Amino acid sequence: MLTLIKDTLISQVVTLWKVFLHTFAKADTVEYPDEQPHMFSRWRGRIILSRDPDGEERCVACNLCAVACPVDCIALQKAEDDAGRWCPEFFRINFSRCIMCGFCEEACPTNAIQLTPDFEMAEYERQDMVWEKENLLINGTGKYHDYNFYRVSGMKIHGKDKGEGLNEAPPVDVRSLLP
Amino acid sequence: MIILFYIAAIVAVISTLCVILQSNIVHALIYLILSLLAVAVIFYVLGAPFAAMLEAIVYAGAIMVLFLFVIMMLNLGKISTDQERSWMKSSGWVAPGIMAAILLAQLLNVLGDYEYDLVPVEVGVMEVSTLLFGPYVLAVELASILLLAGLVSAYHLAKK
Amino acid sequence: MTFEVGSILNIGAILAVVIGVAAMLIWVERRLLSLWQDRLGPNRVGWFGLMQVVADMVKIFNKEDWVPPFSDRFVFVLAPAIIMTVILLSFGVIPFAPGVGIADSNVGVLFVLAMASLGAYSVMLGGLSSDNKYALLGSLRAAAQMVSYEVFMGISMLGVVALTGSFDLREIVLAQADGWYVIPQFVGFVIFLIAGVAESHRLPFDIPEADQEIVAGYHTEYSGMKFGMFFVGEYLGLVLVSSLITVLFFGGWMGPGFLPPVIWFAAKAFVFICFFILLRAAIPRPRYDQLMSYGWLFLLPLSLINLLVTAFIILSSQ
Ligand code: SF4
Ligand code: SF4
Repeated sequence: MLTLIKDTLISQVVTLWKVFLHTFAKADTVEYPDEQPHMFSRWRGRIILSRDPDGEERCVACNLCAVACPVDCIALQKAEDDAGRWCPEFFRINFSRCIMCGFCEEACPTNAIQLTPDFEMAEYERQDMVWEKENLLINGTGKYHDYNFYRVSGMKIHGKDKGEGLNEAPPVDVRSLLP
Repeated sequence: MIILFYIAAIVAVISTLCVILQSNIVHALIYLILSLLAVAVIFYVLGAPFAAMLEAIVYAGAIMVLFLFVIMMLNLGKISTDQERSWMKSSGWVAPGIMAAILLAQLLNVLGDYEYDLVPVEVGVMEVSTLLFGPYVLAVELASILLLAGLVSAYHLAKK
Repeated sequence: MTFEVGSILNIGAILAVVIGVAAMLIWVERRLLSLWQDRLGPNRVGWFGLMQVVADMVKIFNKEDWVPPFSDRFVFVLAPAIIMTVILLSFGVIPFAPGVGIADSNVGVLFVLAMASLGAYSVMLGGLSSDNKYALLGSLRAAAQMVSYEVFMGISMLGVVALTGSFDLREIVLAQADGWYVIPQFVGFVIFLIAGVAESHRLPFDIPEADQEIVAGYHTEYSGMKFGMFFVGEYLGLVLVSSLITVLFFGGWMGPGFLPPVIWFAAKAFVFICFFILLRAAIPRPRYDQLMSYGWLFLLPLSLINLLVTAFIILSSQ
């Protein structure tokens, strides 16, 4: 009987009182279109493709993001420029299917694809939700300012031979190896 | 007041007829509730507000809800409606019809001799209570013992 | 212009005010709920969002009013009308102030109970005629819940009736001139409060329409204005229960003389309306069997003991 009274009456009254005290609490929400809510920088919103500090495209068209995407909304095609750098010929994200899960960002080895705290992406036409590379690519490094894939990798491109990367030992000349 | 009585009486008679003639059981039940409510109005007009309210609460409110409850549980569909309709057409009408006609004739005969003095006597809560707990206290107690027995046995059955 | 009980003006005014208040509650409830949930709530349409009600009305009138082809048409259309009718009829016996009221019945308390028990039909028939399993489950629950809680509601009122010696609601108010009944009848008040929530099946006792379990319960198949009638009927029930608590336990229109009696009545009723909304904001829904066993094993004995003790005290003080 006592526990019944405790469970049914006292705890309910305490609950009521605690909720009532919220009358004097400030609202957590803001009047959105007039007042922008504070967005945290790690918030997962609109996707961008970033450039490395030298201003080149970071994406190397490795397709890892497309594989990681649970809803298969990324499509891209690899191409190679004169310098020997890989880059996407086209890069297409269908935002009407994207669930902003951030898996693509996790998968990307070059920090190229990144999610930003922008969420105002409504469109009247469904086709307008499909973004191409021109729309996605920004003139900046996004969240990671120093990273440059070609500077640290062993890939040979114009202006950078094998062994010239950061922290990279010169290549071993196998023919000069004596026993 | 007397016009109210006649309206309620007509509603009661018509809705009771509908109860018998309806083949859809839920509709029949709604007509039955309507008929009980009409009877409650008649009680009220005749100066027995307490009885009227009890009619509405107990019969129309509680007992009919239980009827409806059972109907819900039984899952009666179109089949039962068709069955009812087939019964409605058969010659099963004859015997009840004759008996009802005899009763009606008797009633009319008796009513013909009756001296009318339609002065409603107010039978309020107080009058009903003094009667119930005065001369009829034994009946009330017996009924309550019966109800108690019903309660205990229902509890026992539900416990199993 | 004199107001007297039962005049056409009186009836019209009360009807308009009651329905208007019930409609405004749509907005009041949403604002209060958001206040207690640290949100803002509807505040765009009109001043403080007051015109939200009108916007909702326009929306609900424009919705397609769909009667499912598999439903029992007659009963389906009848059910929402029942709830509006019986609750509006119940307001007929409520005394709002001296001279303001539709009828003073010498069986007012019983009339309210009778109307409450008829209100159960609306929910049951609505669910039954929809021919939808969720609706049927909802109305089965409603039937059991409303019939059970009606019992405790009735018995908890009887303490007040015994103290006054009358079923007339106006006399009950007048008898509270020197002390509200909430003090001698506190247990009755608590039981009436709980049973009142269950009777108007609002949260936390909205088991007949428990959204998370059975879609929308008995009104799953309803749309448009028929749904609107259930919706407004719920708010009307809220106003009715609050008014009844005011009349039975808090001295109706009585209060210090600096405000007119009607205002006192409205203020007291509004406090209870807010309390019911607070209940909705704070307390989760119990399970169906918990509700039933709580009623029959706890509230019923408690209300009977309350009635017995009250009767004993009245008899011994005579
Ligand atoms: S955020 Fe998720 S769903 Fe969207 S593109 Fe990246 S992996 Fe695909
Ligand atoms: S965005 Fe990243 S993961 Fe996707 S193809 Fe380009 S480099 Fe690879």
